[in-house]
Amino acid sequence: MIGFENVRKEYPGGTLAVEDFTLEIASREAVALVGTSGSGKTTLMRMINRMVDPTSGRVTIDGEDVAAMDPVRLRRSIGYVMQASGLLPHRTVLDNITTVPVLRGTAKGEARERARELMDTVGLDPELASRYPAQLSGGQQQRVGVARGLAADPNILLMDEPFGAVDPIVREELQSELQRLQRDLRKTIVFVTHDIDEAFRIGDCVVILRPGGRIAQVGTPQEILAGPADDFVASFVGADRGARTLHVERVDGRDVVVDADGRAAGVLAGAPAGGGNGSSGAGSRGTGSHRADGGHEGGRGQEPPR
Amino acid sequence: MNENPFLGALEWLSDPARWTGPSGIPLRTAEHLGYTALGVLVAALIAVPVGLYVGHTGRFKGLAVGAAGVARALPTLGLVTLFALLVGIGLTAPLLSFVILAIPSLLAGAYSAVESADPATVDAARAQGMTEWQILTRVELPLGMPLLVGGVRGATVQVVATAMLAAYVGSGGLGRYIFQGLGSQDYPQMIAGSLLVIVLALVLDLALLLLQRATAPRGTAAA
Repeated sequence: MIGFENVRKEYPGGTLAVEDFTLEIASREAVALVGTSGSGKTTLMRMINRMVDPTSGRVTIDGEDVAAMDPVRLRRSIGYVMQASGLLPHRTVLDNITTVPVLRGTAKGEARERARELMDTVGLDPELASRYPAQLSGGQQQRVGVARGLAADPNILLMDEPFGAVDPIVREELQSELQRLQRDLRKTIVFVTHDIDEAFRIGDCVVILRPGGRIAQVGTPQEILAGPADDFVASFVGADRGARTLHVERVDGRDVVVDADGRAAGVLAGAPAGGGNGSSGAGSRGTGSHRADGGHEGGRGQEPPR
Repeated sequence: MNENPFLGALEWLSDPARWTGPSGIPLRTAEHLGYTALGVLVAALIAVPVGLYVGHTGRFKGLAVGAAGVARALPTLGLVTLFALLVGIGLTAPLLSFVILAIPSLLAGAYSAVESADPATVDAARAQGMTEWQILTRVELPLGMPLLVGGVRGATVQVVATAMLAAYVGSGGLGRYIFQGLGSQDYPQMIAGSLLVIVLALVLDLALLLLQRATAPRGTAAA
C-alpha cells in the first residue's frame, strides 16, 4: 500500500507543484493519475521513489515513511518506466533490462536469463537482445522499458506517460499488453497520463487531478463516468461534449451503440435484455466527495436504459 | 650550406649523424614527448576530476569557465620566463607552464563530456537506482568519452607545439634545435627543428583523433 499524507511540494522560487495531497493506493491495484500539465501528477509519482522529496507531508509504503529509506535502495526496489523509454543508448537491450538486477548484485548469467524471459513476457523478439535502443522502433523501446521496470520483480511499478511518445495504434497495443501483464502479475501500478481514455483503460482506480495536485475525483472509471463530481471532471472525461453519452440504435436486428453525434462506437454484446450499460451521466452533478459512490445521483443519462 | 634554407633543412634532417647520439633526433623527440606527456598528465590529474565534478553537479560552472578562460589568456612564453625566474633554470618552470596551458582544454573536455549526456537518460539511470558515482562512470562518461578525449587531444597538441620552450630555459626536447639555430643563425637547423615539432603534433593529433573515434559509445551512431 502506498500512502500520501498531506503532501505538499513547493519549488525554490515559489512554484507550487502540489498543494495538499492525500491518497491511499491499495496494493496490487493499478492507479492512474490523470491531469493536464501542471497538475503535479508526475511530481506526485516521483515522490514514491524519492526522485522528488515533498516539502511537507509524508509518503509511505506499507506504512513506512520513504523519507527514512535510502533513496538508492528504494529506487532499486521499485520499477520505473518513463516516457521515451529512458534506455541507456550505449547498452544493448539485454544489458538495459538487466540494469537493476545487476545493480542489486544478481549474477550476470542469472540476470540475463531472466531478462530473456521478460523479453518474451513483454512480446519482444529474442533476436533484439543484442540490439541497441537506437535500432528499435518506439514501441519496441517502450517494451524494453517495461521489461527493465519489471526486471527486479518489484512490488511497485511507476509508469510516467510510458506510451505517450508512440503512435496511437502501437499505444493501444501496448495498453492491452499492459492490461494482460497486470492480470498475470498484479503489481501495484502508479500510472501517470494526460490521456483520460488511457487512464480509464489502465486504471482500476482513476485519480483526476486539477492544477496544484488537487484531487477532482477518485473512483473507478465506471464511477467517474456514472457520476462526474463536477463540471471540471465532466469536461475532462468528455461527458459534457456528449462523447461519453452513448445510446443504442437497432440496425439489421443488432444493437449498435452510437455516440451523441450519431457516430457508431460499437455493437452491444450479449442478450438484448441486459441492463442499461449503454447510458451514462452527462454533465450532471456528481456527489462531490472524493470517493465517488457508484454514481447513484449522477447516473441519469439522457437515454433511458433499454 | 645550401642557399635555400628549406632545402638546407631537409639536408640537415637527412644527415645520418643527426639520428644517433645524446643530441640526436630520436632522443630529442623522446624528451619532447616526455615533457608533453608529463605536462598533460599533471594537468589531467587536476582538470579532469574538477571538470567531471562541475559537469555532473552543475556547480561552480561559472567559476570553472572563468578560470579556464584566464588560463587560456596567459602567454606561455611569459609564464616560462616568470617561473624560470622564480624557481630557476630546469624542467620545473616549463612543466608548470605546460600544465597551465593544458588545463583549459582538459577542463572543458571533461565537463562538456559529462554535460553532453541527455538529461532524460541520466534521470532514468537515477530512477533505476544508480548512485551518483555509477551515473558518472556507467552513463555520463561512456557517453561523453569522445568529448573527453577531444579535450586531451586539444591539450596535447597545444603542449607538444609549445614544448620547445623547455629548451629556452635550458632543458632538452626538439626546442634545442630551434634555440641553438636561433643563437647561431643556423636557419636550416631552426626549420628542421620546427618541422619535427610540426610532424610530431600532426601525428599525435591524428592518433588522438583515432582514439576519439574508437571511444565513441556503441549504439549511439545510426546503425
